Amino acid sequence: MSPATETAFTRSEMMIVAAARELAGQRVCFVGVGLPNIAVNLAARTVAPELQLVYESGVFGARPARLPLSIGDPTIVTGAIAVTSMLELFGYYLQRGLVDVGFLGAAQIDRFGNINTTVIGDYATPRTRLPGSGGACEIAINARQVFVIMRQSSRSFVERIDFRTSPGNLGGAEAAARTRREQGWMGSGPSLVVTDLGIYHFDADGEMRLDSLHPGATLEQVRDSMGWEVRVAADLADTPPPSAEELRLIREELDPTGDHRG
Amino acid sequence: MIAAVSSSASKVATMRDAIAGLVRDGDTVAIEGFTHLICFAAGHEIIRQGRRDLTLARMTPDLVYDQMVAAGVARKLVFSWLGNPGVGGLHAIRRVTEGEAPTLELEEYSHFGMVGRYTAGAMNLPFFPLRSYFETDLPTANPLIRPIRSPYGEELVYAVPPLRPDVAIIHAQQADAAGDTRIWGLVGCQKEAAFAAERVIVVVEELVDEAVIRADPDRTVIPGLIVDAVVVEPFGAHPSYAQGYYDRDNRHYVEWDAISRDPDTLEAWLRDHVLGVPDRAAYMELLGAEARERIRPSGSAPSGEVDYGRYA
Repeated sequence: MSPATETAFTRSEMMIVAAARELAGQRVCFVGVGLPNIAVNLAARTVAPELQLVYESGVFGARPARLPLSIGDPTIVTGAIAVTSMLELFGYYLQRGLVDVGFLGAAQIDRFGNINTTVIGDYATPRTRLPGSGGACEIAINARQVFVIMRQSSRSFVERIDFRTSPGNLGGAEAAARTRREQGWMGSGPSLVVTDLGIYHFDADGEMRLDSLHPGATLEQVRDSMGWEVRVAADLADTPPPSAEELRLIREELDPTGDHRG
Repeated sequence: MIAAVSSSASKVATMRDAIAGLVRDGDTVAIEGFTHLICFAAGHEIIRQGRRDLTLARMTPDLVYDQMVAAGVARKLVFSWLGNPGVGGLHAIRRVTEGEAPTLELEEYSHFGMVGRYTAGAMNLPFFPLRSYFETDLPTANPLIRPIRSPYGEELVYAVPPLRPDVAIIHAQQADAAGDTRIWGLVGCQKEAAFAAERVIVVVEELVDEAVIRADPDRTVIPGLIVDAVVVEPFGAHPSYAQGYYDRDNRHYVEWDAISRDPDTLEAWLRDHVLGVPDRAAYMELLGAEARERIRPSGSAPSGEVDYGRYA
């Protein structure tokens, strides 16, 4: 790889682009706050022009004219297919099983894709009080599949999460599949994790597996930023770098102020 | 033909009188609005009047609850997502909820759980069932989230209890003097919170005639039947927004991060922008014309019209 390619984009831009590409072919995506918001809006402008954007604030089929500043921005309302009450959005759209992909961020994740967004430390006397579930708990249970986008570090990729806010593959795929079947959940759990270093899917036993390394990232960096021994695909791929058009869309249309790219 | 029944007497009140008459120490107060239509004006008036020991319910405690907690009006939060949306944390709330001896009580749910709680409250039901919470730590953190078995099979679902605020404060674009209230754009759980509450204060950008309400009844979210006071307060939702009237003042959300990190800076902000002004009009005056210009929508996007037809 030429040095020019390595310096032409940031790790965050690579992460956003890799996540957006994974939405090719999906129909209905529930957009989480933060990084998912920019990744999904990039997908809607590139690989998934037919994608219906669902926002938990009560919007189906949003067509935002600017990058929404939050998941309740007025730009997601103007020109949308439908505005619903939150009761309808969570009940009729999500719990009913109409959402193909739930796109989440996380503060901590474990090898089975269980997620913590509630506290760091003990619940009653936390070191850090995080936002809490929001809609994440029900998205993890009811979306047909769950994508996660987050920066990777030894503090965020941990052997044991401090609090389970949103269930992933629980303690392994077999038990998780049985629980999901017996309880009548619509979702099949996490299927993808995209970080600033690479792309992970989940093995048959429910554990995260590194399938692709981003340009410039090394296996050593991956190992140094995980609390467990990483499982690596036999045919580990190189993530194709962002195209000029993907970078233009992020820099000029979606994030002109650079808030998400650092 | 049934003669039109004219609405009951006007419920229009000043913010000061509405809060003085309807919000009491120790109440559970829900200032709802999901990103959209958050009534900061009411929160500030509650601070000015020095209410104490409130339980503040809201799906997304954001800046307004950070300010109210910092001002000492709250004993407890009931919520599902705690943060400065799109920016980061709420530092006044973090200071009293982190570490060895938190002083603010927390009772937390997920978004659907909070919506379900308001819905059960609004419908006079003993609980609301949902598929969330299974295999999570939330029922341990909050023992009011309880599993129940379906009476028609083996499935387990979780139940959340009804939430019945003493007062719901609902910001909206328009209402008539009787409290018949129109909202467009995100409606959040404004309707559920209003029907669940014992008392309802509606705060609007604009007062309209009853004829405006009757011309488009699909748009009525809350009927005057359950409304106790109507407060006309332009820009009452700033720095949040009112669809079609003004945009979110994002600069303020970003600035709040720095203001709220330092208790002294925060106290000075409250002194200047809340305690030091008599009402919302004075607050907007303080922000100046530049702020009003900054949050003006970039253009107009009127709805199409529908024809309801006449059926005499």
